[in-house]
Amino acid sequence: MFRNLVAIAIPFVLCAPLAAQSAAPSDPQIAHIAGVIDITAAKQALAKSHNAKVRAFATEMVRDHQAVNDQALALVKKLGVTPEANPTSKALSDAAATKITAYAKLSGTAFDKAYVDNEVAYHKTVNGALSGTLIPSAQNAELKSLLQTGLKLFQEHQMHAEHLAKTLG
Amino acid sequence: MRARFALLAVLAVGASAPAIGAPARSTNHVVIVDQMTFRTTALVVAPGDTVTWVNNDIFEHSATARDHSFDLELKPKSRASVTLRKPGVLAFYCRYHPGMKGIITVRR
Repeated sequence: MFRNLVAIAIPFVLCAPLAAQSAAPSDPQIAHIAGVIDITAAKQALAKSHNAKVRAFATEMVRDHQAVNDQALALVKKLGVTPEANPTSKALSDAAATKITAYAKLSGTAFDKAYVDNEVAYHKTVNGALSGTLIPSAQNAELKSLLQTGLKLFQEHQMHAEHLAKTLG
Repeated sequence: MRARFALLAVLAVGASAPAIGAPARSTNHVVIVDQMTFRTTALVVAPGDTVTWVNNDIFEHSATARDHSFDLELKPKSRASVTLRKPGVLAFYCRYHPGMKGIITVRR
């Protein structure tokens, strides 16, 4: 399921503020991996859920996150960088894979609740990282703008997930 | 000759004077949508005016009236319009991203 993940690196000049943190991932790498993870989770929801509102939410996740990923890929292509994996992106992928495996054993309302609750938690985590670390650290103007737009989008997703979680009880 | 001149004069006046009861020209108001934002969130329009949402964003949005009077799909890089005829205040939002919202006041 994750064999098509594309890890993205940016040139040293763009990640200079993060250079001191040798384990820190590049900004587009985090944004892209986070988006891919949510697309994978959404596709699992579309395969398993029969709840119209959960399916509508998952469809929105696929559509919106794909748009961000396409923009991120276009940016790194424009910058002429080569994708590369790193410990943090691997940790994110591994954690997501564990969730996907666990949720595969669920069905019906149990799956719906687990998926949506995780979406709330996931978006809170990503939004915290974007606003607290990644956006302030980004030096490339286009990258910063993409991250800022991504934050607005993910904040909307978080609100949508929270509202949906309340309706699922 | 005099009659022909008089006829031409009447036609000239008729062509230049506005017809009685003709509607005022309508205006097209544009709302740009990009970076998850309606760039205009408060519009004042006259009855018969048109509002056009132009989606310059990479995301799909909608312009949806809270009172269900219009619901426009806005695919990325597309536009859609509605003509508003009834005076009043209309709240609109994006169905996919409800934090995006605005108000249209329709008044003479």
